[in-house]
Order: sequence, then structure tokens, then C-alpha cells
Amino acid sequence: MVRPLMIPSTDLAAGIRHHALRMVSAANASHIGGVLSMADTLAVLYSGILKVFPDQPDHPDRDRFILSKGHCCAGVYAALALRGFFPLSELDSYGMDGSRLMTHISHKVPGVEFSTGSLGHGLPFALGKALAARRKGLPWRSFALLSDGELDEGSNWEAILLAPQHQLDNLVLIIDYNKIQSLGAVSEVIELEPLRAKLEAFRWAVREVDGHNHAELHAALSSLPFSKGQPSCLITHTTKGKGVDYMENQIAWHYRAPNADLLAKALAQLEQNPS
Amino acid sequence: MRTAFIEELTAQARINPAIFLVVGDLGYSVIEPFAAEFPDRFLNAGVAEQNMAGLAAGLASEGFHVFTYSIANFPTLRCLEQIRNDICYHNLPVTSVAVGAGLAYGNLGYSHHAVQDIAIFRTLPNLRLLSPADPGEARGAVQWLSANPCPSYLRLGKAGEKHLYSSPPLSPTPVVVQPGNPDVALVATGSVLSIALDAAALESAAGRPAPTVFSMPWLHPASPATTAALRSFKHVICLEEHIREGGLREMLASLLPRSIRVSGLALPSDATVAVGSQNFLRAAAGLTATHAQQLILSRDDDA
Repeated sequence: MVRPLMIPSTDLAAGIRHHALRMVSAANASHIGGVLSMADTLAVLYSGILKVFPDQPDHPDRDRFILSKGHCCAGVYAALALRGFFPLSELDSYGMDGSRLMTHISHKVPGVEFSTGSLGHGLPFALGKALAARRKGLPWRSFALLSDGELDEGSNWEAILLAPQHQLDNLVLIIDYNKIQSLGAVSEVIELEPLRAKLEAFRWAVREVDGHNHAELHAALSSLPFSKGQPSCLITHTTKGKGVDYMENQIAWHYRAPNADLLAKALAQLEQNPS
Repeated sequence: MRTAFIEELTAQARINPAIFLVVGDLGYSVIEPFAAEFPDRFLNAGVAEQNMAGLAAGLASEGFHVFTYSIANFPTLRCLEQIRNDICYHNLPVTSVAVGAGLAYGNLGYSHHAVQDIAIFRTLPNLRLLSPADPGEARGAVQWLSANPCPSYLRLGKAGEKHLYSSPPLSPTPVVVQPGNPDVALVATGSVLSIALDAAALESAAGRPAPTVFSMPWLHPASPATTAALRSFKHVICLEEHIREGGLREMLASLLPRSIRVSGLALPSDATVAVGSQNFLRAAAGLTATHAQQLILSRDDDA
């Protein structure tokens, strides 16, 4: 049974941000900027778009969700815990000795399909799942959430070439386009523009949304596939570090963990400005 | 060997609905019958091995036993990280099949020489490395894999390898191909088993006791059976179409008691620049029956 939805996506987004900030701070871990940029997308996905079964994480009818930007797993762990896949208290063990919550996403965690960490692995794997569903005539969908910098990896473009060849309209690529990668602005490292035109030239059905606008996210993700017979790509325009003013668009927060003072400041901002 | 592989895979696919073949746009005049008979369990992934291995893991995570098929180093080294992370780490049933083990694609050049693969694949978690010597062993390997889906690497020769002996069902135990001298074992993996048999024949013709000839189609992981089969010998001579580093000889030397002398013939680790057939390049590297014979007769550890 699909568990009735207990929380609206805006509350889920606030919860993801709150817990991820605490987890990253406690573990002195990196990558909070990229967690915050995709937090709203995760919240919309896990508050009604994805068919999930928290009591039976491996339920055969579930939609498959692959986080390819595995370094931002704190957000997914928080979403899963908030949806009841495992106790919220376990989030405190993030990155700690003996925990199962490693700081790149781990398939040992209930609700996680696939471990990533090396970029460019999630989309080919999701494509394989979509192909399996197609060949078996099953209705579930396969989602892969990628970063923008990750699109430098050639393996993604191999998958982007192949998916339309087989009309995999049960495959959904979501790009967290926060415009900042590891060493600088995406436009300065390897420009992706014109990104939409590239993907359309590769025969994908593409939509673009403000990745922090839940209504836009929900409208787009409720109308999958965007075009029958084509794989769907949703480009979410986002802000790295979204929701914490001193983190927004600051490359340092790809690496830094907030100390206790900065954490308190960040959590206070979330209280004042829930998404 | 590739024909035996595809015939056996097709036969298994008739009784095992999980089998799925993904090719990297290679296999002309080999894979077509499978594709025709099982269009729903066949995919040409194109010239894109990273995606091929990654999507194979995705298919395998949904209940298929996927065989990825290409030649030389393409389905192995080109996508090694996908095999390590997506397949082995997740313990998914994907068999990477490479045609052209060792120097089988001799005059196609160094890009096509699969000579480091054993060393590399021995280090991967959850992975079985199968290295058949002839078409019969190749069939046995496919039969075993079909019954035991797991992360695996199937190291095949090319085409035209002779049927060398009547092989038993695949198991971790090294196979006695030809009984002989209880003190000297000649252990081969892959199609160089034919060199071992030639060397044994040369010894017999010279009026000396021929060594006991073993084949090791099950190469990794070693099991207690590996050691048990070989520990009664005084001298174990390894034949492998692979560089010396990390191959069969190093594996057996680390497994067997130090009282047993382990020697062998392998390829030099330097990149081959010579142009020639498999036999030409084997001879240039000293991978021949006469060189094996010299080892049988030698008493020097460095021979």
C-alpha cells in the first residue's frame, strides 16, 4: 500500500534542508551546497510523484530513483527518513564510524537503489532499469538525478544517445543545474549551453523549471512522459546553497561544513523562510 | 571458442529466461542467431562500453543475467570502473565476455591484446574469472554461469581453437587433462593449454615421463581445491597468455607451499610493437612448447 502522504512538499523540503545541514555539520562533511540546490526537487519527488513503499522499500511496483550525484546523499537520506523508510534518529549517524549512512549514497540504506559517488554512473544504470521495465511490460518509471558538472562525463552522453533509440519514455533525467561545479562556474569550466537544445538534438523531450518553485516542479513531474515515445529530461534551474544566504552561489560550500555557530544561523534562516 | 560460446548461450537462453545479451556493436556473423531468436533479450548498446556495463547492471538489478559481449579490452578495461562499482560492488549478475584473450588478435596490434586482464580482474570483489581453453570448456563455463549467475568475467579465445579434450562440468578444481609425472605439473589457463599438451607430447617422444597437464578454466577466486590438486607436485609450471605480473603464476606461487617450485611462461610486460599472428607473437615471447620443455628439464628457479 502506498502510505498516505503526511506532509506537503514545502514541509518536506524544509525538513530535508534542516536535517541535511545538521548531518553535514556533525559529520564535518562536504557538499551541502549541492544538497540544498536539489532539496526542492527531492521534496516534490518524495511527496507524491514517486511511487514508493516505505514499509516495503523493495516493493516491485515502486518507481526507481537513482541519485547519480551521490555526494549529495544527505538530502536523500533525510527525505527517506522523513518518509518513514528508517528512523529519523538514524540520520545522526551520518558519516560516523560504523554507520550505514556513508557520505556517498549507499544501496545498503533502505530506499536507496544504487550506490554512486563516481560521477556518470547513475544514468546508464537507470537506463538499464528502464529497459528492463520496457522489456517486461512493467509500468514503473526510472528516474536519475544528475548534477550539471557531472554532464562532463562521457558515459552520460552514451546513455543520452541510446535512450531515444529505444523510445524509453519511462526514463526520466533530472538535471540539478546550479551552475557551479567543483572548481568554478560551469560556464567557465565546460559550458553546457545550449543545454536544452543539446538534449533536444539528442531526441529527448525537455522541460525547464525553476527548481525551487514547487508548483512548477510538481506540474512538470506530473506530466511524465513529456512526449510519448521519448525519454524525458527536466532541467531544474537552481541555486547552489539555496536557503542559506551565506552559502548561496558560494563555491566554498561545495567543500565546507558549517560549524556550530554557522549551523545555528542557517537553521534560524530556514525557520524564518521555509521554502 | 566464440561460436561455442554463442551456441551454448543460445541453448541456455531457451531454458533460462533470465539470460540477456548486450553487445557493444561487435560480433558480426556470431550473435545474429541469438538476436533473431530472443529479440526481447538482446540489445546492441552501440560503441559505448561504459554505458553498456552500466545499463547491464541496471538490467541485472531487475532480474536479468546479462552477458556483455565485445572484443579484447573493450568490455573490460574501457569500462573497468562500471564493472567495479556498478556490477561487483552491487554483486549483480553480469558476465563481461571478451573475445580475443591474450594475443588472439595478434596482428591487430597492442590495442587488441588482452594481456593485463587477469591481473586486474583478480582484484575485483565478488567476481568469478573463467578462462576456458577450448570450445568444450567455453560451453562448460556458460553452463556454469547460467546456473550460478554472478559478477563474472569470461575470457574467451577467438575462433578456430581446437577441441583439446573432453572437459568435465566446470568447477573450481583444476582439471587433469592428461595424467603424467606425479612430480611435475604443467598448468595452463586459456588456449595455451594446447602448448602444454604439445610440450607433454615432446617429452613423451623423447622417452621421458611427460608432466601431468592441468587446465584451469576456473581461475579466480582460488579455492582449497586449487591447492589440494597441486600440492603433491614438486614443480608447478604455469602457462598463460598474459603478462607475468598478477597472472596465473603469481597466483599459484602465493597459494602453494614454498617447498613447491613454481615457474612458468608468460608474456613480457612491455608493450608489443612487433606485428604478427598469435603464433608468431607467442614464439617471439617464448611462449612455446619447446620453451615449456626447457622448464620441465630445468632445475634453475629463474629458468
